[in-house]
Amino acid sequence: MKFTLSWLSDHIASKAPLDEILALMLKAGLEVEDVHDPREALKAFSVCKVIEAEPHPDADKLRVCKVETVDGLKQIVCGAPNARAGMTAIYAPLGAFIPGLDFALDKKPRAIRGVESQGMMCSTKELNAGEDHDGIADLDASIPLGTSAAEALGLADPVIDFEVTPNRPDWLGVQGIARDLAAAGAGRFIPSDVKKVSGSFDCPIEIKLEAPEACPMFAGAMVRGVTNGPSPDWMQQRLKAVGVQPRSLLVDVTNFISLDRARPLHAYDAAKLEGVVTARLGKKGEKLVAIDGKTYTITEEMCVIADESGVIGLGGVMGGESTAVYAETTDVFIESAWFDPLRTARTGRATGIHSDARYRFERGVDPQSCVDGLNLALALILEYGGGTVSKANVAGLIPARADKVTFYPADVERLTGLTVKNADMRRILKDLEFNIEDAGDAWYLMPPSFRFDMEQSADIVEEIARMVGFDQLPTTSLPVPEGGIRAITTPMQARVRTARRVLASRGFLEAVTWSFMSKANAALFGKTPDSLTVANPVASDLNQMRPSILGNLASAAQRAANRGEAGARFFEAGPIYLDDGPNDQRTVVAALVRPLNERHWQGAPKPYDSYAAKADLFAVLEALGQPGERFQVTAPVQPHWHPGQAAALKLGPKVTVAHFGALHPGVLKQLGVEGPAFGFELNLNALPLMKTKTTKTKSVLERSELTPIRRDLAFLVDEKVPAADIVRHAQGADKQLISQVEVFDVYQGKGVPEDQKSVAFEVTIQPKEKLKDEDIQALMDKIVAAVAKGCKGVLRG
Amino acid sequence: MSDIVTIENEALAAIAGAGDLEALDAVRVAELGKKGRVSGLMGALGKMSPEERQENGPKLNALKTRVDEAVKARKAELEAEALERQLVTETLDLTLPPVPGPKAGALHPVMQVFEEIAAIFGDMGFSVAEGPDVEDDWHNFTALNFPEGHPARETHDTFFMKAAEGDTPKVLRTHTSPVQIRTMMDQKPPIRILVPGRVYRNDWDATHTPMFHQVEGLVIEKGTHMGHLKGCLIDFVRAFFEVDSVEARFRPHFFPFTEPSAEMDVKYTRKGETIEIGAGDSWMEILGSGMVHPNVLRNCGIDPNEYQGFAFGMGVDRLAMLKYGMPDLRPYFEADPQWTRHYGFAPWSTPSVSGGLS
Repeated sequence: MKFTLSWLSDHIASKAPLDEILALMLKAGLEVEDVHDPREALKAFSVCKVIEAEPHPDADKLRVCKVETVDGLKQIVCGAPNARAGMTAIYAPLGAFIPGLDFALDKKPRAIRGVESQGMMCSTKELNAGEDHDGIADLDASIPLGTSAAEALGLADPVIDFEVTPNRPDWLGVQGIARDLAAAGAGRFIPSDVKKVSGSFDCPIEIKLEAPEACPMFAGAMVRGVTNGPSPDWMQQRLKAVGVQPRSLLVDVTNFISLDRARPLHAYDAAKLEGVVTARLGKKGEKLVAIDGKTYTITEEMCVIADESGVIGLGGVMGGESTAVYAETTDVFIESAWFDPLRTARTGRATGIHSDARYRFERGVDPQSCVDGLNLALALILEYGGGTVSKANVAGLIPARADKVTFYPADVERLTGLTVKNADMRRILKDLEFNIEDAGDAWYLMPPSFRFDMEQSADIVEEIARMVGFDQLPTTSLPVPEGGIRAITTPMQARVRTARRVLASRGFLEAVTWSFMSKANAALFGKTPDSLTVANPVASDLNQMRPSILGNLASAAQRAANRGEAGARFFEAGPIYLDDGPNDQRTVVAALVRPLNERHWQGAPKPYDSYAAKADLFAVLEALGQPGERFQVTAPVQPHWHPGQAAALKLGPKVTVAHFGALHPGVLKQLGVEGPAFGFELNLNALPLMKTKTTKTKSVLERSELTPIRRDLAFLVDEKVPAADIVRHAQGADKQLISQVEVFDVYQGKGVPEDQKSVAFEVTIQPKEKLKDEDIQALMDKIVAAVAKGCKGVLRG
Repeated sequence: MSDIVTIENEALAAIAGAGDLEALDAVRVAELGKKGRVSGLMGALGKMSPEERQENGPKLNALKTRVDEAVKARKAELEAEALERQLVTETLDLTLPPVPGPKAGALHPVMQVFEEIAAIFGDMGFSVAEGPDVEDDWHNFTALNFPEGHPARETHDTFFMKAAEGDTPKVLRTHTSPVQIRTMMDQKPPIRILVPGRVYRNDWDATHTPMFHQVEGLVIEKGTHMGHLKGCLIDFVRAFFEVDSVEARFRPHFFPFTEPSAEMDVKYTRKGETIEIGAGDSWMEILGSGMVHPNVLRNCGIDPNEYQGFAFGMGVDRLAMLKYGMPDLRPYFEADPQWTRHYGFAPWSTPSVSGGLS
């Protein structure tokens, strides 16, 4: 909402300078967004008098002027055709920045064709203050020397733009702004006494209300014989200052009252109205060509204004083209009605119309302003357009609010910590036009009709607090909670933090990517129910909540490669979505690498592969206190993994904790990512919660006094037997003694029968008591037997 | 036994003169070996009279010890020299590059700032609560006192999920405030929670992204008033920006779920591309806050006459920008390696109030 300082002074008697007004706006909750003070921009410029203007000795088009200025008598070389002796003009001193030309004058006088020039005389265009093309500004001779340029050009009025919060539609009128500023201490509010315009004939246009729930009140009157010329200069200037283009008296008057009083009106060309004007609900099949030239389909939900020709307007949203006023309009019918906010909002959304009227009606227009608004309009039209006014037709009535707000003055201190005297509270509420019935501990307040946000004591507390000023609030640190400060990190957060640090320390860069992706790409990674499809996506390829992070990471890796960073390692810890319920979101950690073939003088390092991904995943699990060896490695369950070079990590047959390995080449191709790519995705929600211990004390260290014994064994097994099976069976031979079984060699080829492989591993035995050679041999025999039984393994000689 | 002195002088000279281990060993055998001179003298002891033995025994033993020690000392010298000669030949060109490990990783600044904020509020007794991104209309709006059809809803640029005809569509939460509701429905006051999370609004330009991060705070206790809100948040910005003083101001605003409502601004100054927080002559809005609206408390079954408190919400991406000087929001979500390395944090940086946030 924009307004000017001089417009504000129509409604407030105040000597406060601009800075103070801005500070008070802030105090009262009117958030200033922009201030344009032309005086500031034109500070350097002032009115001068041209004493003498002689032709330049060396240039036909230039004149050498003697000019009386605030800085004394100056010689200025001027190229304007209209420069002449006796002229009143605008002077720019040396060094001044000329806003319209976007450069500053030299600080020292400059010779122009041999004649020194000690300044400049400006056109309004050069000052960004007009469009004159005839030369320099030619001002009224009565303006005294030294007057500021802003004042001389009638631009002395600062324009303030601020944010109107949805609860304060009364701030959409300058009068409403003035009321709050007066209450905040800017000066005395000037109440406006709207005089009834007495009509000389009965209004021939009948008004009928058929849907009082949508339009409970409609006041209208006609003016005959109007000259719909331009509106008066003062009105045009104000409208222009706040960015509204003046059009004609009738349109400008309705706009002006809307801006001045937050009271929207509509002007109809009475000659084009046919019969009774009715406010009713729309009917199926009706259409309206609105003043924006577009055709809208009417629904039974919408409130329309209609006459015998059909719909002529969308109530509170936009008028129709067929009855709009034109320059030739002589008879005008003014509508001042009230439309239900919710219905107006719905109609606005359904039609997509963003009009000033809709904006105001959906937030709430003062229901008691129908008749006053009409009278204001009639008076202005009569004054500036002439004609004769009819008596007003007023259909319906909006009863004044009946319920009072109970305010407990003690709530002010209870909720804000402010101590405010009752007398001050009373003064503030009176200034804000509340009617007060003081009953001691409880006050019964009748809020003014233009306030829709006053329901309970807390609402009144805010009114008091903002008028006292939030700067007066005490500053009190929060007391330590009862029982002291405790650790606050949830197990899930602790997991996320640890996982992130493990991966970053292993060379991964943390990414934060969109929670949404394209539905087609999402489908490569999991289910894409419609319940997770965004109906109004910001972009068509961001319309599905992601079932996995890997797609986004793969695309990121490709982008990085395109920028010359192939091999960048990414991870993200964030949400994935299974469905739209509150428990259907999972927190996962995903990592992805497109391997880079690196060279090194000692021999090329092994590129990142499925085993590297496993190592990174296991490092994370280890740090989370859940070593990877606890889980079973099975074939991948999710379809976006390479079926033979990726695996699922499971806890029992049902719970999949993670996947790792190579991404499916087909999936990468569809994503436009050059493969291969490896990584993992770990579902932190699927990891079992660690038992919380009652004590932080660690168990006593049981140090083994006996050194561990190591033996190597190699078996021939079918090539399809997973290494983990052999290890498991070997370990199972004696769980007490065997502390570790680690594969160190896998071999296929010469010396090994076809379809078989040789797997060699080291067994670590941790004796509890001294073992004899035959004890160890017996244990080896048990392992050989277990591997033979469990996976048909044959000990290699 | 006048040869003892002679033998010792000769033996020590021979030891000192031994040029390598082989020559030294020859000297050792010649003197101390079974057939050596010293051993010979020792052997002759047996044939001596007890008196002679008494006199010569200690002398001979001393001779043997001295020669033996001289051999050992010379041996150590010769071995050291030999090692020295050997090592000179065993050089590496250590200017060559080592086997490459992965380039250093980095933590995302937004995630780091989340942790910084949690550390500060943790010290004030807030615990962390979380909730779903896909929310229902009731938790995101209605329970927070956004009446249906209210224009305040429109200011949120809400993303709606597809819904069956006639069903109220779910939304992507437009703020972290629904977690206030979930917490108050679930748990009895006193409550002090901090809610970090992703939020979504349908807006994408130089200063807005369709997804961003918020932290929400909620305090519901007996006797908590707006002065506490002010004190708590001023304490927060001082700790967060890690500057000696931050000038802050509160001004009235409107949020449907708080009454009274306030926005908080901090003073800043712009130096070239970057922003310095704390001093200057401009104000920057950094968060919205207010006393929890009695209607919201009632919606959660809490009696507003018994319990009261405040809530606040702030944009983490912007706070990160203000503190660490990222000039633009958009690269936050682009997973650009250069950006992440430049603005990111080392894996071992763990924010804490006592140890320093950054």
